[in-house]
Amino acid sequence: MTLRPDLAIIADHVAPGSRILDVGCGDGALMAALRDSKGVDARGLELDSANVAAAVSRGLSVIQGDADIDLADYPDASFDYAILSQTLQTARRPDVVLDHLLRVGRQAFVSFPNFAHWRVRMSLLWGGRMPVTRLLPEQWFDTPNIHHVTIEDFRAFVKARGIEVQGAWFLSGDQQTGSVQANLLAEHAVFKLGGVVRKD
Amino acid sequence: MTEDARFGLARHVRLPGPLRLDGGALLSPVEIAYETYGTLNADRSNAVLICHALTGDQHVASPHPVTGKPGWWARMVGPGKPVDPARHFVICTNVIGSCMGSSGPATINPATGTHWGMAFPVITIRDMVRAQALLLDHLGIATLAAVIGGSMGGMQALSWPATFPDRVRAAVVIASTARHSAQNIAFHEVGRQAIMADVKWRGGAYYETGDPPAAGLAVARMAAHITYLSEAGLTEKFGRRLQQRPDRPDGAISFGFDADFQIESYLRHQGISFVDRFDANSYLYITRATDYFDLASEHGGHLANAFRATKARFCLVSFDTDWLYPTPASRAIVHALNAAGAPVSFVELSSPYGHDAFLLDAPEMNRVVDGFLRAGA
Repeated sequence: MTLRPDLAIIADHVAPGSRILDVGCGDGALMAALRDSKGVDARGLELDSANVAAAVSRGLSVIQGDADIDLADYPDASFDYAILSQTLQTARRPDVVLDHLLRVGRQAFVSFPNFAHWRVRMSLLWGGRMPVTRLLPEQWFDTPNIHHVTIEDFRAFVKARGIEVQGAWFLSGDQQTGSVQANLLAEHAVFKLGGVVRKD
Repeated sequence: MTEDARFGLARHVRLPGPLRLDGGALLSPVEIAYETYGTLNADRSNAVLICHALTGDQHVASPHPVTGKPGWWARMVGPGKPVDPARHFVICTNVIGSCMGSSGPATINPATGTHWGMAFPVITIRDMVRAQALLLDHLGIATLAAVIGGSMGGMQALSWPATFPDRVRAAVVIASTARHSAQNIAFHEVGRQAIMADVKWRGGAYYETGDPPAAGLAVARMAAHITYLSEAGLTEKFGRRLQQRPDRPDGAISFGFDADFQIESYLRHQGISFVDRFDANSYLYITRATDYFDLASEHGGHLANAFRATKARFCLVSFDTDWLYPTPASRAIVHALNAAGAPVSFVELSSPYGHDAFLLDAPEMNRVVDGFLRAGA
C-alpha cells in the first residue's frame, strides 16, 4: 500500500522508535506505516467514527475526538512528533490547534492544500467561482475546508508566532517541487515545525 | 488429555478465602458460579474474562437455566465472534452479591446455617474483581489476555487493571463509567426503596416465607429499564400507542388504571418476568456496589493514577443515545488514560437503542472489539 505523497514525506522524516500523535489520522494509514516500518508508538485522534473503527480494527490506538476541543486534554510534550495532515484548514481555530500541536509534540508536521496554487487563482480570476480542484474537490457550501490558507499565509503565520521551521516540502501533482515560487506552483505543502523559539 | 472438572459450563466452586472486602469484612468461604468456553493454551496466555452487567450472569454464551434464552452476549462471544472459543479461553463469573450461585444474600451464611439476607456484607466493584482473581488463581491463570465488559461489566473491566496492574494485558470498557453520577444513584435509590417498601421484603428475611417482595422488585426493574432505553427508541417502538383489548381491538383509553398504553404493558412485563430470575436482596447489594463505584476516589482523587501502574491497552466504546452512562463519562476515562500515557482507543457509535445498545446487534462495536483484540494477540 502506498501512502499519500504528503504522508510519505512525513513518514520519511519521523525518527524510528519515536512517539507520535496523528491528529486527524483518518483510517490510520500513516500510523500503520510508521508502526510497521519504523517501530513507532503511534496514537491517533479522528473525528469520524467509521474512520476510528477502521483504524482500531487494524490494531491502532485511536480516539474519536475533535482537534478543536480534545487536543487540550493531552499532556505537554507527551509526543516526539505531533502530526496534522490535511486537517489545519478544517479547524475552527487553526491557530489554537497549532498551539496545542506544538505544546503536545516536541516537533510537529503540518500539511495542507495551498489555496494560492495557480489553478485556484485562475479559477477565481477567470471563472469568478470558488475553485473546485483535485485537492479541493468540494463546493463552497459543503466543503469541510473552512479556513483556506496559502503557503505564504502559513509562512507569515509561523514567523509572526516565532515558530521555528525545520523543514518544508512542496508537492505538485504528487511530485516534489522547489521552494522558489512554491506559493504559485505547489498544490500542497508539508512543514516541519520545531516549537516556539521566540515569544512576543 | 483428561477432563478437567474446573473447566466447562455451569461450574461452581467454593474457595476458602477469606476475601477481605472494601467494607472491612472477611468473606469466607467465597462461592463462585462460572462458565468457561474454549481451551486454555499451553502457555496460559489466551484467557479472556467477560464481566456481566447489573442483573447479568455467568451464562454469557449458553442458555439461561431459568428463561431458556440464549446467552446474554452471544453476539460478542461464540464461534466467529470477536471473542471466539476457537482462539480464546473464555471465563464468565457470576459476581459476588448476585444470585446465580456466587456468594450473595441468597446463599447460606455458614455461621448461622441460614440465608445471609441483609447480614451479607456490602460489597464493591473492586470486591467483585478480587473474587474473580481468586477464581483465576484456582484455575491457574496468572494473566488475562483481556477483560471485557459493558455497563457494570465495564466498571469491573476498568477496575481490573487498576487493582491488578500486572494481571491484565487489555481492557475493553463498553457503555460504562468510572463513577456513578448523582442521577445514576438517584435511579438506583428509587429501585431500592421500591423493594424495601414492599411489606414482603421483611428486612430482607423473606427466603423462608417462599413469598419474596416481587412487586417491589418489579417496580425497581421498571424504573431501571427506562434508563436502559433512549427516548427516541421508546417513541419509535411505542409512541402513545394503546393496548388492544378483546372488546376494543383497535385500542382505546379505559378511563381507568389498567395498562392502556403499550409502554405501560411493556414495562409491566419487564418487571414481572424479572422477578422470576432475580433476587430482591441481590438487587439491593449490586446497585449499592455500582453507586459506591468511584475509581478516582480509590486512587487519591485522580483517575489517571488508577492507570499509572498498568501496561494494559484500553478500548472504550460509548453509544450516542446512552443517557445512563453517556459519552462524556467514557471521555473522562479516555482523558485520564491519556494523562497516564496508556494506549487507548475510543469510539462513540451511533445507535437508536440507548444504553442497551451494547447487548444488541452492533456490527461496528464487534468490528472494533475484534480488531482491538487481534492487535494484542
